Amino acid sequence: MDSAVAFLTSKIPFLASLPFWVVAFLVMLVVALVILGFALTYEGIATYIERKVAADIQVRIGPNRVGPNGWFQFIADGVKLLMKEDLIPAKADKFLFVLAPYLVFVGSFAAFVVVPFGISLIAADLNIGVYYVMAVTSLVVIGILLAGWGSNNKWALLGGMRAAAQIVSYEVPVGMALLPAVILAGSLSLQEIIRSQGGYLGIFGWNIFHNPFTFFSFFLYFTAALAETNRTPFDIPEAESELVAGYHVEYSGIRFAFFFMAEYGDMFVVCALAAALYLGGWQVPFVDVSGLSPLLANLLSLGVFLAKVIALILVMMWVRWTLPRLRVDQLMRMSWKYLVPLTFVNVLGVSVWVLAFDGKGIPALVMSLLGR
Amino acid sequence: MQEYLPVLLLLAFAVVAATGFMVLSGLTGPKRFERGKEDPFECGMPLFSDARRRVTVKFYLVAILFLLFDLETAFLYPWAVLFRKLGLFGFIEMMVFILILVVGLVYAWKSGALEWQ
Repeated sequence: MDSAVAFLTSKIPFLASLPFWVVAFLVMLVVALVILGFALTYEGIATYIERKVAADIQVRIGPNRVGPNGWFQFIADGVKLLMKEDLIPAKADKFLFVLAPYLVFVGSFAAFVVVPFGISLIAADLNIGVYYVMAVTSLVVIGILLAGWGSNNKWALLGGMRAAAQIVSYEVPVGMALLPAVILAGSLSLQEIIRSQGGYLGIFGWNIFHNPFTFFSFFLYFTAALAETNRTPFDIPEAESELVAGYHVEYSGIRFAFFFMAEYGDMFVVCALAAALYLGGWQVPFVDVSGLSPLLANLLSLGVFLAKVIALILVMMWVRWTLPRLRVDQLMRMSWKYLVPLTFVNVLGVSVWVLAFDGKGIPALVMSLLGR
Repeated sequence: MQEYLPVLLLLAFAVVAATGFMVLSGLTGPKRFERGKEDPFECGMPLFSDARRRVTVKFYLVAILFLLFDLETAFLYPWAVLFRKLGLFGFIEMMVFILILVVGLVYAWKSGALEWQ
């Protein structure tokens, strides 16, 4: 941020006459607007893509009425939700009912702050980035629990309790599955972790190809992350065939839209984390972006990062429309009896590997054998 | 602490934006209140009891397990950051820690806390 302020004050003489904090505030305001605009547009487009993916998998056409190929469907949906009547049930706990969508929205938006979009495109490169994401996405659990309790509706209560139990159970494997990347990079800063995956190895410098344990860690993380975002096959909280819609049964209009947007925002954040920690983030394969001009490097790294994240999001959609839903007992068994022990083994394996081979991965070892 | 200022600003901005959307929705949305609309939704059936009822104790058990294991995970992060500097010493220390954790998991498993019947 300091560099952005210095750059602006050097380019525009008028800004140089203002105090530092005013310029910094203006920069942050613009950044916030850009991130909000990006998040809302992405969430809109993601709902459209999701419906198209669902339609393709079920051999239907999907939305095709608003605009060419139904491209403007998400704008129509957004305007419709905005202009709907806002209902609060008479017996609901009004304060909690109103508070819950805010918590969910802010929690999912706050995680965008540390998403490393490009080589220098990041709102705040916190030195505890991974920790921060895990902390603020936990706000969503509280929001969902409050929504379930505050609605004073049996479906909502059951959905909220199930969501809390599920997200909380999968929080442990998610945290453990991120550890191998942290061990390899020796840092919690997302930019630092991505930088450690660069170098002459190209895509084989990515953490996923480092050793067999990190390879499995990526898939463990992705599975647990599916459950964290309440996506099928782990969508017990909203299981529409038993709970109607789960914790957001009583929400209408824009409050419902907040929950909906938060779900897609969370999808983006977990996919961004998976891409940053295991798939090299914005590292462009076999091109050293830091050597290019700043504008080109940023555009290139932004494009590559978004491509990786969107590919992962499409996998999530594919999984959603392919697999059936798990039962509650299967869900809990999956987390505590399979994922938690496996992530323990993975952390052990990676730390032994780092000690045994001095932190070198299989590709680096192969290259040194070949005399490079 | 200066690096957290952007985070705080963005959080404040998110709250303002959410409030803005709410106000916009309140201005544009219809307001036609009827008695039936304000009842909780129960698939069209008349209400027969309040939703404020007790939930099964298993949810609390999961919450307690979560507290224990998530705290342990939180302790593992600082170790993971410094792992390369600590070397073998850090490895053995953490193995003892994880061993205790695994004993706890095995105990919870054997005592049936992980079953969901």
